[in-house]
Amino acid sequence: MISDWTLWLEWLIKSLILIFALLGGFAYLTWYERRALARIQTRVGPNRAGPFGLLQPIADAVKLIFKEELTPAKAYKAVFFLAPILTVVPSIIIAAVIPWGRTINLFGREITLYLADINVGVLYFMAIASISVYGIVLAGWSSNSKYAMLGGLRSTAQMISYELSLGISLVPVILLANSMSMIEIVEAQNPIWYILIQPVGALIFWIATLAEVNRAPFDMPEAEQELTAGYHSEYSGMKFALFFMAEYQKMIIVSAILAVFFFGGYLGPGVDQFPLLGPVYMFIKIVLLLFGMIWVRATWPRIRYDRLMSFGWKVLVPLSLAVVFITATGILLVDEFNNPMLIWTIPVASVIIGLIPVVTIYRALRRLSYGRA
Amino acid sequence: MTLDLIPFLILSLIAIASALGMLLSRNAVYSALFLVLNFVTVAVFYLLLGAPFIAMAQVTVYAGAIMVLFLFVIMLLGAESLAGISDWRKILFPGTLALILFIEAAYLLIVKARPVGDVLQPDVSVNTMDNLRQLSTSLFRDYLLPFEVVSILLLVAMVGAIILTKKEKEAR
Repeated sequence: MISDWTLWLEWLIKSLILIFALLGGFAYLTWYERRALARIQTRVGPNRAGPFGLLQPIADAVKLIFKEELTPAKAYKAVFFLAPILTVVPSIIIAAVIPWGRTINLFGREITLYLADINVGVLYFMAIASISVYGIVLAGWSSNSKYAMLGGLRSTAQMISYELSLGISLVPVILLANSMSMIEIVEAQNPIWYILIQPVGALIFWIATLAEVNRAPFDMPEAEQELTAGYHSEYSGMKFALFFMAEYQKMIIVSAILAVFFFGGYLGPGVDQFPLLGPVYMFIKIVLLLFGMIWVRATWPRIRYDRLMSFGWKVLVPLSLAVVFITATGILLVDEFNNPMLIWTIPVASVIIGLIPVVTIYRALRRLSYGRA
Repeated sequence: MTLDLIPFLILSLIAIASALGMLLSRNAVYSALFLVLNFVTVAVFYLLLGAPFIAMAQVTVYAGAIMVLFLFVIMLLGAESLAGISDWRKILFPGTLALILFIEAAYLLIVKARPVGDVLQPDVSVNTMDNLRQLSTSLFRDYLLPFEVVSILLLVAMVGAIILTKKEKEAR
C-alpha cells in the first residue's frame, strides 16, 4: 500500500491532464479533419465561428448537448445506456501507458512524463483494444433495429479480424526492443527508428489500426448508403457524441502508439538536454500521423466488405507472420556473426516479401478492369 | 494485512455476484456480459497476485476474443431469451451432484488449503512484477517440447474446425 499522498496527487493531476488533453484533442481533431478535408477537396471548410473557424468544435458541442435524446421504444434500455460508456472508457484508459517523455524536475521533485510504466505495456494495449469491441456490438444489439444490428456485427467482425494482424505486427518491435515496456521500446530506438528497420511491419500496423478505429477506407460500420450509419443509427444527442468522441480519441491514441512503436516516440534532437521537448516531439509526430489518416480518407474509396475481410485474413495475417519470421532471423544473424550491419537484412527481406501481395493485387485489379471494359 | 484484504474482499464479492448473475439471468446476452465482468475481475485478481502477464492474457483471450464470439453466436441465432419456465424437477439430479461437489470443494478449501492470507504473499522468486522474462525462459527453454506440442494440437483443432464448416457447404 502506498501511503505517500503526494504520489497519489501526482497521479491524479497527471490523469486529469491526460483526460482533458484527449478531450481537447478530440474537439480540435474534428476541426483539423474538416479543414484538411476541405483543403484537399478545394473547399473552404468551417471558417465562420471565430478566427479560422477555431470555435467550431465548441459550437458543435453546444448543439449536441441541447439536442433531444431519443431511446427506441423496444431497445434494451440498460445496455443501450451502457454501450456508449463502454466505447469511450477503453479509448481513454489506453492513454495510461503512452510515454510522453523522460523525467523532469518540478517543485523539487522528480516527475516522470508518463502515467504508468508497466512491463506488459504492449499487452495492455492489446487487452484494451480487444475489450473496446463490446461497446459497438452491444450498441448494435441493444438498439433492436436491423440496421444497427447488421452494422454492429459487421464492425465487430472487422475489428476481430484486424486485431490479429495488429497484434502480430507488434511482435517484431518486441523482438527488436527485447521488452514489452513502452519506455524501453522508445529508448531502444535511440539511434535508429524502427520504421527504418521494419517498414513493412509499420505499414501493416497502420492499416490494421485504420480498420480497428473504423476509419476510411475501412469505415464499413458507418457506411451511410447501405446501413444508415450502422451501429449508432438509433443514437442521438450526447450518446451519439460519445461514439464520435471515442472514434476520434482512438485515432489520437493509435497515432501516439504508432509514434511510440515505430517513430521513436518522444525522441528527437535535443531531448537529452531538455526533457520537456519530449511531449513537443510526440505532439508533432501525432499531428503528422493524423494527417496521414485524414489524407487516406480524402483519397481512397471504401473497400467492399468481402474484399475487406479477405484482405485482412489472406494478405495481412500471412504477411505479418512472414515479417515476424524475417525479424527473428535477422536478429539471430546479428547475434551469430556478431556484425550489427546484418540488421539491414531485415528491411530488405521484408520489403521484398511485402512487394509480393502488392504486385499480385495490382495485377488482379488490372485484369478485372480490362475484363469489364 | 487488513488493508490488503479490503480489495480482495471487494473483488471476490464482485466475482461471486457476477457469476450468480450469469447463472440466474433470463437473457443470454446479459449472461454473457456477466461472464465478461467475471473474467475481468479474475484478471484483476491476477494483478493483485503480481502476475500481470496472465492478467493481460486473461483479458485479451477470454474477455476479449472468446466472449465476443459467444455474443456473436447468441445474437446471430437470435437466442437471447429463454423460452418458457424451466422445470425444476429436471435439474434435481444434476443439482444434487453439483451440491455434493460444492460441499466437497468447500471442505477441501477450508480444511486442507492454506488460509486466505497466504494467497496475498506469493512466491517472490516467480511472481514478481518482472515475471515476463522468467515466464518466457521457462516456457521456451525448460518446457519447449510441451509448448510446441500444445501449439500443434491447437493448430490441428483449428484446421479441423475449418474442414467441418467446409463440408457442410459442399453438401448443400
